[in-house]
Amino acid sequence: MSGSKDWPLWEIFVRSENGLAHKHVGSLHAADAEMAVQHARDLYTRRNEGVSIWVVKSSDIVATDPSQNESFFEPSEDKAYRHATFYHVPEGVKHL
Amino acid sequence: MTGHPEARAKRASKGRVEYLLRLGDNALVLAQRSAAWVAHAPVMEEDVALANVALDLFGQAKLWLEYAGKLENGGRDADALAFHRDSGDFRNLLLVERPNGNFADTIVRGYFYDAWANLALHALARSSDEHVAAIAAKSAKETAYHLHRSEDWLIRLGDGTELSHDRAQHAVDELWRFTGEMFLGDDVDAEMTSAGIGFDPASLREAWLERIGIAFANAALAQPADDWMQRGGKQGHHSEALSYMLAEMQVLPRTYIGAQW
Repeated sequence: MSGSKDWPLWEIFVRSENGLAHKHVGSLHAADAEMAVQHARDLYTRRNEGVSIWVVKSSDIVATDPSQNESFFEPSEDKAYRHATFYHVPEGVKHL
Repeated sequence: MTGHPEARAKRASKGRVEYLLRLGDNALVLAQRSAAWVAHAPVMEEDVALANVALDLFGQAKLWLEYAGKLENGGRDADALAFHRDSGDFRNLLLVERPNGNFADTIVRGYFYDAWANLALHALARSSDEHVAAIAAKSAKETAYHLHRSEDWLIRLGDGTELSHDRAQHAVDELWRFTGEMFLGDDVDAEMTSAGIGFDPASLREAWLERIGIAFANAALAQPADDWMQRGGKQGHHSEALSYMLAEMQVLPRTYIGAQW
């Protein structure tokens, strides 16, 4: 049989509980999406970490270019007024 | 059933212990087999997956054997039953003691067992013995995933490359003769069935064959003809393969009595 070197890489996202967003937890090799979900289940949720799993082929992810960090991210550094720190958070609101 | 009520009760409990040993030993032996793949699986992801299956089965074995020891009332716990019995005292199906072979051999062996265990555990979840029903209900969830996984792999291998197909078909042909025992009842089965504790093994056969048949069709695998079927594991007649496996599994607790880590 073929080794994992022939299998594409998948990025794994796990939602730890209902109401929260899926979070990237790592990557793994699998022949197809269904196997990727099974491997993700066995690798990343074996200690009861999740209620939902997303798998995405790593090659399908479009990322920002690190060389553009200056123009992409630095302009927001000095704009503190964009943070919601000037509001009172009502009691009982979780996961903000 | 005849005889003095006390003798009858003792016999009944002996049958139940025997029945629980069969359930526990199936899980224990297959767990040990699966665990032997750790660090040897074709890919790292499968290494972890096989270890997960093994750990689920070790957990199931512990519950069955713990209960067997309790009913036996002779001071043996799950560890004593797992590590201090010889091959002739084991009551597992011959199928689960078959050597790991190649990856296809392991997948097919697991699949035949998972498809049976899935039916068996659902039947046992309706047991009149609440403890049996509870263990079965918990185990059934784990086994449903094992079955999903092994069936998926069976189809991948059978419907994969020429090499994977040939290996899967070879495994099917070699292991088929060990499947008959799963549906063969004896006195213990009859006693447990009439007591509402267990199930009639023959009653699972049709559903098992149906599931296997669909998977074989999807996997482009040929179902072997029903020829001579091996039997005897449930009664303690095992192949030497089990002795070698037990030697490795039991050497530490037998050499260093009471060892802790």
